[in-house]
Amino acid sequence: MLQHPAIIALVGASLLVCAMVLYAGGYGVRILKRWDLQSGSEEQLGLERRTYLISVILGYALIFQVMSFFLFITTADTLHPLFVGAMCAAGSLNANGFGYPVLLLKTVNCLLAGAWLIVNRVDARGYDYPLIRPKYTLLLVLALLVTVETVTQIAYFSGLHADVITSCCGSLFSADRRDIAGELAGAPVRQTMLFFGLSLAACGVSGARFLARGKGDALFALLGSVFFITAVVAIVSFISLYFYELPSHHCPFCILQKEYGHVGYLLYGTLLGGEIAALGVGFLAPFKTVPSMRMIIPPTQKRLVRAALLLFAIFSAAVALRIVTTPFTLGVFD
Amino acid sequence: MRTNIDRHRNIIDFAISSMLRRKAKNLSLALLYTLIIFVTASLILFVQALRKEAATLLADAPDIVVQRLMAGRHDLIPTSYGEKLAGIRGITAVTPRLWGYYYDPVFGANYTLVARDGDGTGPEKIAIGQGVARSQRISGGDMLTLRSATGTPLLLTVARLLPEESELVSSDLLLLSTADFRTMFDFPAGVATDLAVTVSNQRELATIAGKIAALLPDTRPILKSEILRTYESIFDWRGGMMVVILSVAVIAFVIFAWDKASGLSAEERREIGILKSIGWETGDILLLKFWEGVAISLTAFLVGVILAYLHVFLFSAPLFTQALKGWGVLYPRFRLVPHVDPYQLTILFFLTVLPYTVATIVPSWLAATVDADTAMRS
Repeated sequence: MLQHPAIIALVGASLLVCAMVLYAGGYGVRILKRWDLQSGSEEQLGLERRTYLISVILGYALIFQVMSFFLFITTADTLHPLFVGAMCAAGSLNANGFGYPVLLLKTVNCLLAGAWLIVNRVDARGYDYPLIRPKYTLLLVLALLVTVETVTQIAYFSGLHADVITSCCGSLFSADRRDIAGELAGAPVRQTMLFFGLSLAACGVSGARFLARGKGDALFALLGSVFFITAVVAIVSFISLYFYELPSHHCPFCILQKEYGHVGYLLYGTLLGGEIAALGVGFLAPFKTVPSMRMIIPPTQKRLVRAALLLFAIFSAAVALRIVTTPFTLGVFD
Repeated sequence: MRTNIDRHRNIIDFAISSMLRRKAKNLSLALLYTLIIFVTASLILFVQALRKEAATLLADAPDIVVQRLMAGRHDLIPTSYGEKLAGIRGITAVTPRLWGYYYDPVFGANYTLVARDGDGTGPEKIAIGQGVARSQRISGGDMLTLRSATGTPLLLTVARLLPEESELVSSDLLLLSTADFRTMFDFPAGVATDLAVTVSNQRELATIAGKIAALLPDTRPILKSEILRTYESIFDWRGGMMVVILSVAVIAFVIFAWDKASGLSAEERREIGILKSIGWETGDILLLKFWEGVAISLTAFLVGVILAYLHVFLFSAPLFTQALKGWGVLYPRFRLVPHVDPYQLTILFFLTVLPYTVATIVPSWLAATVDADTAMRS
């Protein structure tokens, strides 16, 4: 295990968040089992009070989760000089098999925590807690995933060993050591670009359709998620190339750095935010016919669709602006 | 939107005024909080500054240093090895280096002696570092006596002092001519301490190092990146150790914060009871507690970081110097280059504000869900 202050901070934060979510999950199980709105028993009153605590806990957990997502990538990037052959975060994450799974889990947990908070907010506005069961089932899934993330992250950091000079042999021999590929291979540029454009258009059309006619919310959530995944693939495939102005540098992490004006935070922030909103639309879709939710869910969904479209549009505009303004070309538009 | 902002503003107003009404309690908390942040921030800033300093210094180090090993120990290397190395493609220059250490029994200090012709040195003329000049109280034009390996004293004139800007590396340095160096240590001809190798393409370093090791099996090539990596791990390790030690203090502080937050005074309970009875909801009280937490964390964080900045960059971190810098008789005087980045501040946030926030969640919920009538009656 490397004893970097950031690693201690990340592991500590993960343990705290994990403890918080498990604590909330424990009450989630009790709520799922014992919840009875008709009853005026002391236990039911206690559980109703607990729901406040759980939403506060999840609110903080989401903030910490998003921060730790970026701190994790930055830390992986800071650690790269310690490993032979690693050029940036991509190399450090590849230093053992747990790096990329941790990143994936962190992303999924950010998205789920965000979607949970949306569901929770809507639920709190209904007089009869109509979403209490699906909400706490989702919480249990989240608790499980956060626990897996904490364990995987500890496994990742404890499996890191710096290649330092030892007094006996002095040198390295990177030749003997497996080189860490710092470079990710990208998907073919033209096809990815086409697919990126199509999925953006599909997402926009289905969003507009929902806003106009109130139909197709589940479809929008699905297309939003497809766009999210396509956008991540596109970052690796061609978006990063335009930011680096290098036809061979596919790294999705270096755009977070100062050299590129921290533009990665804008890109990933809008993507994560948009996807959280899109997921929220999808999670709310099955419940819009519940009597107490009829007046609440559709307007909320509209707001979420607008937010998702706006964030995805900012993302795409930032990318398009760069592609148009940089003198660098991949020869696609020639 | 507008009403939402107004709601938050009103609640913040109320939070601040209610905190000011309980000055003693909040002040003691804020003081401890600031102290914890100050110590942790000093540590993080200091380690980061040292790391940056090391990286800047090593930027000028040779790409590869080739040392000869004899029975597992560093030995003098024949200069003829240099000619063999020059034949490897990709190596642009091989420079034999002569350097060594000298212990001065009078001042109890170790000097680093490096042979360099020109640069203010010449026959019996030397350049000395600021640390040497300070401890011996000499300056340009004065004489310096060293005891040579054969036992005879070597008289040298100080031609110049090395500039103060380079003091971190040159404090204990003596630069003298090659001839004087050889006389001083009775150094055999045809050998050097080690060889500095310059490589034109940085990407070929590892391959060239492999070739050197194959060509001259009794040597070890050391890459600049390896030295850098080793320094990085040392600083990480030292910083991490200190964080682990400090975490005990953070835990103690968290327990204190928990205790403060859950021990509501009768007056506070009555206040919450009154707020609830005039229409505040549980969510509003939770928001009030949230803004109280933000106010105290933000104050402590800003004050703590500013104090740490002054401590590290203005006063050179007197609290940690001994533990983290290492020591030497001719310790250089230097000021660290001020540098703070969001990454360090985020780490600091995770180490201090996050545990504090987590510790206050349950107590603030307990306070917020108190029943209005029981609260006022108590």
